[in-house]
Amino acid sequence: MSLVTEIDYGTPAVTSEKTVTLNIDGFDVTVPEGTSVMRASMEAGIQIPKLCATDMVDAFGSCRLCLVEIEGRRGTPSSCTTPATDGMVVRTQNDRLKKLRRGVMELYISDHPLDCLTCAANGDCELQDMAGAVGLRDVRYGYEGENHVKTRQNGEENPRYMAKDESNPYFTYDPSKCIVCSRCVRACEEVQGTFALTIEGRGFESRVSPGMHEDFLSSECVSCGACVQACPTATLQEKSVIEIGQPEHSVVTTCAYCGVGCSFKAEMRGDELVRMVPYKDGKANRGHSCVKGRFAYGYASHKDRILNPMIRENINDPWREVSWEEALTYTANKFRSLQEQYGKESIGGITSSRCTNEETFLVQKLIRAGFGNNNVDTCARVCHSPTGYGLKTTFGTSAGTQDFDSVEHTDVVILIGANPTDGHPVFASRLKKRLRAGAQLIVIDPRRIDLVRSPHIKAAAHLPLRPGSNVAVLTALAHVIVTESLFDEAFIREKCDWSEFEDWAAFVADAKNSPEEIEKISGVPADEMRKAARIFATGGNGAIYYGLGVTEHSQGSTTVMAIANLAMATGNIGRPGVGVNPLRGQNNVQGSCDMGSFPHELPGYRHISDDGARDIFEKLWSVKLNDEPGLRIPNMLDAAVDGTFRGIYIQGEDILQSDPDTKHVAAGLAAMECVVVHDLFLNETANYAHVFLPGSTFLEKDGTFTNAERRINRVRKVMKPKNGYADWEVTQNLAKAMGLDWNYTHPSQIMDEIAATTPSFAGVNYDLLEREGSVQWPCNEKAPLGTPVMHIDGFVRGKGKFVVTEYVATDEKTGPRFPLLLTTGRILSQYNVGAQTRRTQNSVWHEEDLLEIHPHDAEQRGIRDGDWIRLASRSGDTTLRTKITDRVSPGVVYTTFHHPGTQANVITTDFTDWATNCPEYKVTAVQVSASNGPTEWQVEYDEQAKQARRILPTIDAAE
Amino acid sequence: MPQRSNLIDKVLLSRNGNALLNAVTVLPTLIKINKDCFVREAALSLSVTTEEMSVRVGAIVDARAELEGPLLPILHDVQKEFGFVPQPALQIIASRLNLSRAEVHGVASFYHDFREEHPGRHVLKICRAEACQSMGADRVANHAKRTLNVDWHETTADDAITLEPVYCLGLCACAPAALMDDKLVGRVDEDRLDTLIGEARS
Repeated sequence: MSLVTEIDYGTPAVTSEKTVTLNIDGFDVTVPEGTSVMRASMEAGIQIPKLCATDMVDAFGSCRLCLVEIEGRRGTPSSCTTPATDGMVVRTQNDRLKKLRRGVMELYISDHPLDCLTCAANGDCELQDMAGAVGLRDVRYGYEGENHVKTRQNGEENPRYMAKDESNPYFTYDPSKCIVCSRCVRACEEVQGTFALTIEGRGFESRVSPGMHEDFLSSECVSCGACVQACPTATLQEKSVIEIGQPEHSVVTTCAYCGVGCSFKAEMRGDELVRMVPYKDGKANRGHSCVKGRFAYGYASHKDRILNPMIRENINDPWREVSWEEALTYTANKFRSLQEQYGKESIGGITSSRCTNEETFLVQKLIRAGFGNNNVDTCARVCHSPTGYGLKTTFGTSAGTQDFDSVEHTDVVILIGANPTDGHPVFASRLKKRLRAGAQLIVIDPRRIDLVRSPHIKAAAHLPLRPGSNVAVLTALAHVIVTESLFDEAFIREKCDWSEFEDWAAFVADAKNSPEEIEKISGVPADEMRKAARIFATGGNGAIYYGLGVTEHSQGSTTVMAIANLAMATGNIGRPGVGVNPLRGQNNVQGSCDMGSFPHELPGYRHISDDGARDIFEKLWSVKLNDEPGLRIPNMLDAAVDGTFRGIYIQGEDILQSDPDTKHVAAGLAAMECVVVHDLFLNETANYAHVFLPGSTFLEKDGTFTNAERRINRVRKVMKPKNGYADWEVTQNLAKAMGLDWNYTHPSQIMDEIAATTPSFAGVNYDLLEREGSVQWPCNEKAPLGTPVMHIDGFVRGKGKFVVTEYVATDEKTGPRFPLLLTTGRILSQYNVGAQTRRTQNSVWHEEDLLEIHPHDAEQRGIRDGDWIRLASRSGDTTLRTKITDRVSPGVVYTTFHHPGTQANVITTDFTDWATNCPEYKVTAVQVSASNGPTEWQVEYDEQAKQARRILPTIDAAE
Repeated sequence: MPQRSNLIDKVLLSRNGNALLNAVTVLPTLIKINKDCFVREAALSLSVTTEEMSVRVGAIVDARAELEGPLLPILHDVQKEFGFVPQPALQIIASRLNLSRAEVHGVASFYHDFREEHPGRHVLKICRAEACQSMGADRVANHAKRTLNVDWHETTADDAITLEPVYCLGLCACAPAALMDDKLVGRVDEDRLDTLIGEARS
């Protein structure tokens, strides 16, 4: 193994149909028109010296190292800013150029520390490389003149010297090593789109400045790492590299945080992870990253990680560490005896959206084939199950229609119920890049998210609707499109069912669905809705991106179908730049749904009652499968309280914290006889567990994750599991303990089984993934390299189906006792229940959940910024601190759910989506009042958690 | 360039109520708290509340916002209004123009003409470009520094004159050249300089 090195072409690739041929140092090169001479040269294998150029950002032409001679042109133009033209003859090396370059390097080095041997970038420094490349042998100017390097100059403090900025937990900024190439500034602007960096001053005084001469942590920086990656020297350097040293090998793998599915190079020294570097060939992220994927991997080696299996008879007992064999035998016996006593249906399991496709497949196989029932569910139940239902109904597939590259061809974006700059940051950066290039954005969200207005981004329209009125607003948009004849009749006639369209059109055209009427329900000005509808219908390629603000409602499935209606009515399906794009939450929530994690569906979304589908599995697995759907998570908990559901195997999911109505979840878990938690940490759910099976991180196993664009990305093992076994091995061993004859020796064999049984995965195998990097399902005979854009030649289900989307107000209503509406969301630095990110230094950005409240509502209640408040709903109450902001409208409050101390889900209700039981997290009627401490529930909970996490000291077995 | 500061004034601004806002003024001087932490303290005699500044800067931005590339004209207007470009004004400009704080800081710090601190009642600029240097500008400049007891960019103790270098006033034919406020002066020597200073101080 060696370091995966990526070629830096110096300037970004150009897409142009037309090509030009030029001659560089005697070799002919043909490149797309508009390509720089520098890039053309690199494509021919000739590297022109450079410092300020890198192919992630546009050419800048400041370092004067990449000068070349071009026949017929005067002077020595910089190759990075000179486009290649037909017939051009370029010389990259001759005596004159060599002399010029040496002169430039002398100037650079005269103001740069000469501490290469002890520098963290030693071996990974472009300045060092270039000094070598130009043959720098001495510096005529010496090092004694004015400089930024020395702390003292001529016996006095050197006013130009700036101390290292170590405020960011993950990287340092050492101004004394800066060559002012502006790569970091440009990366922050062009790649990340935050504009947090600048060059302050001018001439010799120029230095990189975060914000207004601030430190990194207090500046606008979001710690995505793009600047660190762009820096050619040690000026911006990962602290891990400073601490550990340079990596010696690397492995390409996939991030295990959100559904964007970024590819990273895990750079290793031995089995120690030195750093994660975004991979330019990653088709989801194209070389970009966010603070979570890039830096927040410290949880993998956190002291809280449990590495030995543990059991206990009673949840009030302390844990007892046991051998794997004992834990698995105990579990298998317990499960079997529960089934004997209470029936086959008395146990079940939950697959994890954090684990690989192969692991998820095995868990559902264990349940269907081993437990002999269909009591399997997954966390998609509480997030995107309405997406599955809604898109299957309208289009025929349960997934987004596009790849992320599609956004580069989009002209108008509707963003509804999603906050990508926090939840899906790398996609947000790609979207922002397109918006800066001129695309328009319509935001439908109760909160003024960053994309409504932030540097260089301004939404064309923001519809700040009341939580719960999504369907009404989308139908009002459709009303405008239909009544103003802005729909795409040709598309609808060709691709959709015309009579269903007519029914739908008649419904939306009804005056009760007009923006003027809907304004009364949603609080959004009618004019704004009309404007938004017109922009979307007439602005060119229209794409809709959405998140959990759409699905986690009592009408979640209806909203998804209303989105699909809108896309079909405007002809925005089936080509790049358009489509319906759910931004999936977890790294593999798409995959866990694909792998048959729902109680009614076999892998590939085939209903369990489908004899043909069942037959395939029955033959392969030599078992008889139950043809009745099993229990969903809320049903399992209900049944547990009723006493009919007695045992559960939960892989990598913390339902106590993530599922609605915490008290009900706790009661359900407490009622079971055998709760098996398979996780990295003693999570909140484990407080109610009898068996704890330690899990492995994404760094410790092979497999695949499927991201929001249906892309199957490889996850590669970079170190051996600290707990002894990869999760798929644990599940296999449990299956064996239960008497099943499973003998997988590598996850690729599981993928082969998936491909053999699931038509949309038929062409997938590890060799293909190795060759292609990744593929998007469907991947089969018809599409051997996968399907970036779906429904091109018509919808998967045949004709696109328009569904009438009648608005039904949720039962969760405000009233005198609970006059405010609570909605919830995420923040950039933390991830979901926070089990991982809270165990990293990301907490410096977000130590606790805060309640956002409008100044008007706060003043009425006498609440000041930062006060402790009591947040109460019909379900329960909790306390947290406030943040007064006009990001939320009056009447709406907002919080995140990353910290178990807050337990935001004590507040949420048990109302759910009518079709899929997805909980209505996004609407809860609440009251906010002053408070001076934790609620009784929080105190009790903390006490219980403390008790439940006790582990008996290990005693060496003497006998 | 000032020392790296943690800009405590900004942090306090965002976390506290009006009482503190009122204390922040437009005449910041860096007061050292510890090794690398500074706080900007106000000279109360010239204080402008943040609210007032927000109104005055806001009006300037509004008047220029429709221009293509409005940032430089706005910075000029702000300097005209306050005599310098107060740091809080940069934040107001950034948020109104939908730019990042960093961008506005980058532009403002690039041009030496945008001052970070309040100047004296008069600004004396002495040309240091080649033609003037060849005609004795350095000698004149040294004389000015001695007479005023200041270095470049500093203001005399009586707040009368701020001394600044300038690079070419387009008056090379009459080198050395200087500029007192808006008045160009050619063939400056020690005597002429003393006269200028005397007038300014009177």
